[in-house]
Amino acid sequence: MSLRLGGGSVNVMGRIDIMNNEEKNSMKARCKVVGLASAILVVALGLLYSGGSVNAAAAGQITGSVKLDGTAPHQKPIDMAKEPSCAAVHKDKPATTESVVAAANGGLENVVVYITQGLTGSEPVSTQSVEIKQEGCQYVPHVVAVDAGQHLKIVNSDQTSHNINAQSTKNPAWNKSQPAGAPPLDATWNNEEVAIPVKCNVHPWMHAYIVVVKGPYGVSDDSGSFNLDNVPPGTYTLTAWHETYGTQTQTVTVAAGKPATVSFTFKAK
Amino acid sequence: MPGKAFAVVVAIITLVIAFCVITHVWWMPVDISAHGPKIDRQIEETIFGAGILFIAGQLVLASFAFLYGDSKGARKMKAFPGGAKSLIVFACVVVGVEILVLSFIGSKAWASVYFTPPDPDSLRVDVQAEQFAFYFRYPGPDGKFGPLHPELINEGTQNYFGLDPEHDADAKDDIVTAGMAIPVNKPVLLTLHSKDMGHSFDVRELRIQQDFVPGIVIPIHFTANQTGKFEIVCTQLCGLGHYNMKAYLEVMSQADYDNWLKQQAAMQ
Repeated sequence: MSLRLGGGSVNVMGRIDIMNNEEKNSMKARCKVVGLASAILVVALGLLYSGGSVNAAAAGQITGSVKLDGTAPHQKPIDMAKEPSCAAVHKDKPATTESVVAAANGGLENVVVYITQGLTGSEPVSTQSVEIKQEGCQYVPHVVAVDAGQHLKIVNSDQTSHNINAQSTKNPAWNKSQPAGAPPLDATWNNEEVAIPVKCNVHPWMHAYIVVVKGPYGVSDDSGSFNLDNVPPGTYTLTAWHETYGTQTQTVTVAAGKPATVSFTFKAK
Repeated sequence: MPGKAFAVVVAIITLVIAFCVITHVWWMPVDISAHGPKIDRQIEETIFGAGILFIAGQLVLASFAFLYGDSKGARKMKAFPGGAKSLIVFACVVVGVEILVLSFIGSKAWASVYFTPPDPDSLRVDVQAEQFAFYFRYPGPDGKFGPLHPELINEGTQNYFGLDPEHDADAKDDIVTAGMAIPVNKPVLLTLHSKDMGHSFDVRELRIQQDFVPGIVIPIHFTANQTGKFEIVCTQLCGLGHYNMKAYLEVMSQADYDNWLKQQAAMQ
């Protein structure tokens, strides 16, 4: 029995050797061809992609800024004593709530600006994924926007387990846990939803929003400015959403090749 | 031979465990509560009663294994000596009486903690349990808690209790904290609320373990008589983050406590 098995394996080994000797050269050549072909393909795709974005830029862009009129409400410091590894991250400057984040010059951060009227609905969804990180037991950034169907990459860079509980009402509920060191999670939402509150049950102070829109969007940065790329020429209704101050709309006309400028002002309550 | 070896191992394990318990090598953590000695005495009595039965049972098992463990076939027992029925009835009565006696004596210690009214001058602290954390509320200078509005609970603004300081005067100065501090030797009255499901409030050193029940406000009172930092844990399995549901209790001098409360009030 064992003799027969041994003989068999010798045969197999022999066959492999023969193949290696006879086909080594032709295989090398084939590898070269495949390598060259894929290199050409990558370059071609790259050209195509950059060409596409040039066209889109010519199609139009909306830039603008969001301001807060008045003083932002007090943001409470967060006590993370329960999770020492995260408390250590914020040792020098305690983390605070982020329900209103405004710059000294009045720029309002975390406002999602998107188009609610005027799109044809046939705009392609970006293949680039958006990232949200769990860092120091906080979500960074605090507000993320995605196009319906666009991929969201969720990263845990903490030394502790988190769970990401996206409490959506217009999309299927989504709640997954992510231990320390676990690979990033990938998620998509197919229905427009402004906005999905996200929480971590292990660390109840962690709070974020995922804003699912259809079409181009922009999120205001720490100076309050935003831009929407790849907007075809036309007249649109633009909506700005803020977690505390609600929504505002404006009509904007985009001409080819020239960015349209808009500004929103939210009144502090 | 294996029977005798087994008997020796059983006897050694029994005696080592008994030694460790009797000499308090294995024992409960330090007791920092005024009512703790009663609970500890009750536990000691229970361990004493159960311990005698444990040692006796293990040694009987060991001696039977030693005497008959290695013999073959011929000396196999066909039935319990005296018949199994009477033995089982006897065992049930003995164990039943023991349990009844323990619960009657034990309920006295338990009732002395749970069925006594709290000191009228107690420090009141509200506890909110949720998946998976504890939050605490102090009434502030007015000594009154503002009413709770569960629909206003919002993690984004750290409103864990659902307070409405804009409309409720009593809620204006309420202090919500993630850790709990109390002055030493001061009677404390906790009121336990649960936001979502069953949890429990357990501080081993306080000899306090009380479940939270959603929809019911459960009072519990105690006095801590030693300073230090202790862990508050949830001991009622409540979901995936149960293992990490904890907070810290700091027992401090009255002066330290006043400072701590001032700091917390400034952080609201």
